[in-house]
Amino acid sequence: MSSATTPPDSDPSQRRRVHSMLKHYYGLNEEGKVTEQAESLDPCDINGPHFDPEVYLNKLRMECSLGELMDHESCMVKQIRSLDSDMQTLVYENYNKFISATDTIRKMKNDFKKMEDEMDCLSANMAAITEFSAHISGTLQDQHAQITKLSGVHTLLRKLQFLFELPARLNKCLELQAYAQAVSAHRRARCVLQQYSHMPSFRGIQDDCHVIMEQLAQQLRQKFRDGGSSAKDLSECVELLLQLDEPAEELCDKFLSHAQSRFEADLQGLEAELKDSPVTDTGGGLVQKTNPGSNPVSPSSSSTTNPFLSPTAGTDILEFIDRGCNEFVSSLCLVIASYQELFINRPQEGELASKNIPEMANGKLHVFVDTLAARYFSLVERRIQEEKGVSDNSLLVRALDRFHRRLQAISKLLPGSAVPSQGTEIVVRAARERIKQYLSALQTFYHDSLTDVRQALAAPRQSAGGASVSGGGATSKDATPSLPELLTSLSNFILNQLKSVLASVHLFTAKDITFSNKPYFKGEFCSQGVREGLVVSFIKFICQSSRQYCESAGDRGGSTPPALLLLLSRLCLDYETSTISYILTLTDEQFLVQHHTPVTPVTALCAEAREAAQKLLNHYVKVQGLIISQMLRKSVETRDWVNTIEPRNVRAVMKRVVEDTTSIDVQVGLLYEEGVRKAHSSDSSKRTFSVYSSSRQQIRYAPSYTPSAPMDTNLLSNIHKLFSERIDIFSPVEFNKVSVLTGIIKISLKTFLECVRLRTFGRYGLQQIQVDCHYLQMYLWRFVSDENLVHFLLDEIVGSAAHRCLDPSPMEQSVIEVICERG
Amino acid sequence: FVNKLQYLARIDRARALTAQTAETDAIRFLVGTQSLKFDNQIHIIDFDDENNVINKSVLLHDAGEIWHISGSPADKAVLTTCYSKTSESRVLTCAAVWRMPPEWESGSHESPDDSSNNPQTLELLCHLDNTAHGSVACVLWEPMGDGKRVISLAENHMLLWDLQESSTKATISSSATLEGKGQLKFTAGKWSPHHNNTQLATANDTAIRGWDLRSMSQIYCIENAHGQLVRDLDFNPNKQYYLASCGDDCKVKFWDVRHINEPVKCLEEHSHWVWSVRYNHSHDQLLLTGSSDSRVILSNMVSISSEPFGHLVDDDELSDNEESQQEDKGKEPLQDSIIATYEEHEDSVYAVEWSAADPWLFASLSYDGRLVINRVPRALKYRILL
Repeated sequence: MSSATTPPDSDPSQRRRVHSMLKHYYGLNEEGKVTEQAESLDPCDINGPHFDPEVYLNKLRMECSLGELMDHESCMVKQIRSLDSDMQTLVYENYNKFISATDTIRKMKNDFKKMEDEMDCLSANMAAITEFSAHISGTLQDQHAQITKLSGVHTLLRKLQFLFELPARLNKCLELQAYAQAVSAHRRARCVLQQYSHMPSFRGIQDDCHVIMEQLAQQLRQKFRDGGSSAKDLSECVELLLQLDEPAEELCDKFLSHAQSRFEADLQGLEAELKDSPVTDTGGGLVQKTNPGSNPVSPSSSSTTNPFLSPTAGTDILEFIDRGCNEFVSSLCLVIASYQELFINRPQEGELASKNIPEMANGKLHVFVDTLAARYFSLVERRIQEEKGVSDNSLLVRALDRFHRRLQAISKLLPGSAVPSQGTEIVVRAARERIKQYLSALQTFYHDSLTDVRQALAAPRQSAGGASVSGGGATSKDATPSLPELLTSLSNFILNQLKSVLASVHLFTAKDITFSNKPYFKGEFCSQGVREGLVVSFIKFICQSSRQYCESAGDRGGSTPPALLLLLSRLCLDYETSTISYILTLTDEQFLVQHHTPVTPVTALCAEAREAAQKLLNHYVKVQGLIISQMLRKSVETRDWVNTIEPRNVRAVMKRVVEDTTSIDVQVGLLYEEGVRKAHSSDSSKRTFSVYSSSRQQIRYAPSYTPSAPMDTNLLSNIHKLFSERIDIFSPVEFNKVSVLTGIIKISLKTFLECVRLRTFGRYGLQQIQVDCHYLQMYLWRFVSDENLVHFLLDEIVGSAAHRCLDPSPMEQSVIEVICERG
Repeated sequence: FVNKLQYLARIDRARALTAQTAETDAIRFLVGTQSLKFDNQIHIIDFDDENNVINKSVLLHDAGEIWHISGSPADKAVLTTCYSKTSESRVLTCAAVWRMPPEWESGSHESPDDSSNNPQTLELLCHLDNTAHGSVACVLWEPMGDGKRVISLAENHMLLWDLQESSTKATISSSATLEGKGQLKFTAGKWSPHHNNTQLATANDTAIRGWDLRSMSQIYCIENAHGQLVRDLDFNPNKQYYLASCGDDCKVKFWDVRHINEPVKCLEEHSHWVWSVRYNHSHDQLLLTGSSDSRVILSNMVSISSEPFGHLVDDDELSDNEESQQEDKGKEPLQDSIIATYEEHEDSVYAVEWSAADPWLFASLSYDGRLVINRVPRALKYRILL
């Protein structure tokens, strides 16, 4: 122990140490368990429990010097002394405490004895009090019973008085029309009266009450039946009647039939508006049909607006729907609400609960609402069907929106009702119908536009019949619109019309329209309705009707003016190149079409348009070729070629052919590009002369023909044919001017050839053909893609004429030239 | 390509072609030449099927250039021609009945190229005198008749002749005249082989008319049968009401004369006027057309033929067939189709004709005098036969 070396003069710390050691000794230690264990192992620790004096002594003796041992011994002695004194102090203190405790206990013993006496006295007093109290209550018992009895009699008397007064009171209430009070009064008395009805006096009262209440119920019923009473009054009536044990079912029926009568009036009002509609309908139809079309350039002024006029004579649909909503739907809502208030949502009490009124009432209400709504819907649908004119779609959309919106109120009131979904159906049907109407309106518009174009095309022909002869195709531009103008105006009109229709239809899907978020309007309406049903159908219609021009007018070539064919062909081609994809992109963007179902791809439509364009252009070539062919054929067939005179002029028909070809060239040039032609020498007209040069003619017409050697005569032309490609006469043309003109000239010249082969010529007949062909050669080569084609065909014509000639002596080339240049 | 053998023969400019109708053994075609300056001839083209050789004989026809030729159905030596005769600067087409000299066969065909040496001349039997009626367009023999009756179409007259005394005398037994606005003119005609040979169909301008020969009155008229001139007609040999026509609108149309408002079918394969249309005599689905686009087209019109439509070929029989392609096709009914387009001609083809002896053989004649003989493709032939 290190503290053994320190002197124990520092008082407080030392005392604590001593205390702790004592504590330790008596096993009260709460601290230093670790140290104890650490110390315990050491047998030389003088404070440890395992202290071994022998070991300790041996250790000291071995380690310390004598001086140190002496010091150690003195220190040890000092410690022992101080320990002894500490012990003595403790013993003394404890003794004092024990003495004082003994004194205190002795004093307490004396005090308790005194208190016991007082308690005994108290219990004696309490017993006396109890005895007195019992005595008093015994005396008061009788009087209390009497009072209670009296008060009971009093209450009974008051009740009796109420009963006796009841008839009078009820009468008074009846007079004052305070039905509620009367009913509540009667209700209170009813059971009692019922119970004591075997006593005559009560019975009298009961009968009186019965009569009065009957009267009252009668009055209530009367009031209920009366149309004039307000909803609140009504509901009060119903409540009272219910309390009067009126059968709820009957009441429901009465209530509903009463409401029915009012709806009847509403519906009849609506129907009355429909009544005059057939008149307006036909009026609208007439307006649509009239198509003045006086100004061909601007069909918009006349025919654009006309098909889009609506029947305005009656109320418009918005007013109609408004009226329907305000009168019918809102009062229907009101009736539903008050009905539910009365019969369904009322707290169930007493025996009423058992009758299961709400269920019955609810069933009745549904049937009632359904029948009424069905009638209303049929009216609305009739009205919507009258909306034939496609004037202002916004009106219809707004009307439908309002219609739909108001029906939502019913769905809130009547959660299970089919009415709102039926309403949506109607809206969907109306939208579908509308798309159909727009499509047919567009088709009508397209036809009208074409009629206008046709008139515009026909006009210059009549007024300036000579102009086309002299001016060649480029007819007076001031008076009538040219083809390109007509084309652009036509395509613009169509496009604008389509756009405006799209805009109108777009209203159906506007965000603020309640039904626009229905799945139909989000999906099917956009893709199947607008895109397929309207846009694609319209484009297909254009192609189809264009193709019809080729077929119906085909054989006789008459009814459709060729210029219209050309114009339509260009229109279809434009559609193929740009317009279709533009329109479809526009539609897709506007309607954000999500294609759940397969839709017609752009390419298919384009292919269709191109096919139509090709067909129209082919047909144009055929028709124009036919017109020229007929002229040539008539001129060859009707002439007596054997006996004709020496040619002095080019025949007028050839000039006509060249003029017509020129005008066709101009006409086609207005709409189609030039196209590629094979390079030709600058003096094309000259070059061809060599074909007919006299030296060669000599070979051809030389009397070398013998039956044994037929090859020689045809040698030249056969060699020519061997090296030239086969000519397809009525073959498809390309979309350019040169190809179109080549087609027309091919057809004309081939006809010329075939006709010549069927005739027999005299000398001058052949020469006339030579002159004519040379003239054609001079003018026609410039129109075609390959001038050799013209050379070949004309060569063939002259060759055939020479072969069919009785006296084949051809005309001198120089003379031909002179004649042609003069003519 | 074994099944498409073709043989060429060169004649001079010619339009008239006919099969020798009464000849059922040899494959023989008659061609009439057109020449204004030289003696016209009738070329007799014999095709030797076994050796694939063409033999040509020439007979002189010195009356004029031949526009139409037609062989008697009863006597293979007798034929009619329509020829143009120029007199006093006036061209008139006449018709006559001729007999081929009996010795032509022994004589000239051994040296066809040398026919100018001593061509024999046709023997004139009689004229079908038409001076009162104008130019003759064609002469029609009574089909499968005894060679005693012919019809000639002259301008707007239709004349029925009786040939008597071995065809040396012709008398008009009855006649009819087409009345109407303008100058009406028959362009083509066909004597129907049905109804006991009492019906005739004619074409004028764009209309097709049917006539009853007993009363010589019109029985039907298909106005605007074609958009332009009707060039030729032919009756379906097996279906009595069916009729094919062709014309300048490049179309071939099929008519049921009981329903004349709409054609039964319409083909638009040629790119220029169609001048000639012929049903195969025994297999009426085979149709031959010739056009001035220089093409001859052989079509297979199963859907309107008398053959049972869509009849399936037995698989067993097909497996014998060498060509596997045919097997695939055979399993589905035959469709109307173009069998072949023959492009051997270099000028307008004005006449096509089936052989009278071999139903699988046909000839076509173009203006430059080229006669082409073709066969129906063998594969098709077997499919039709089996």
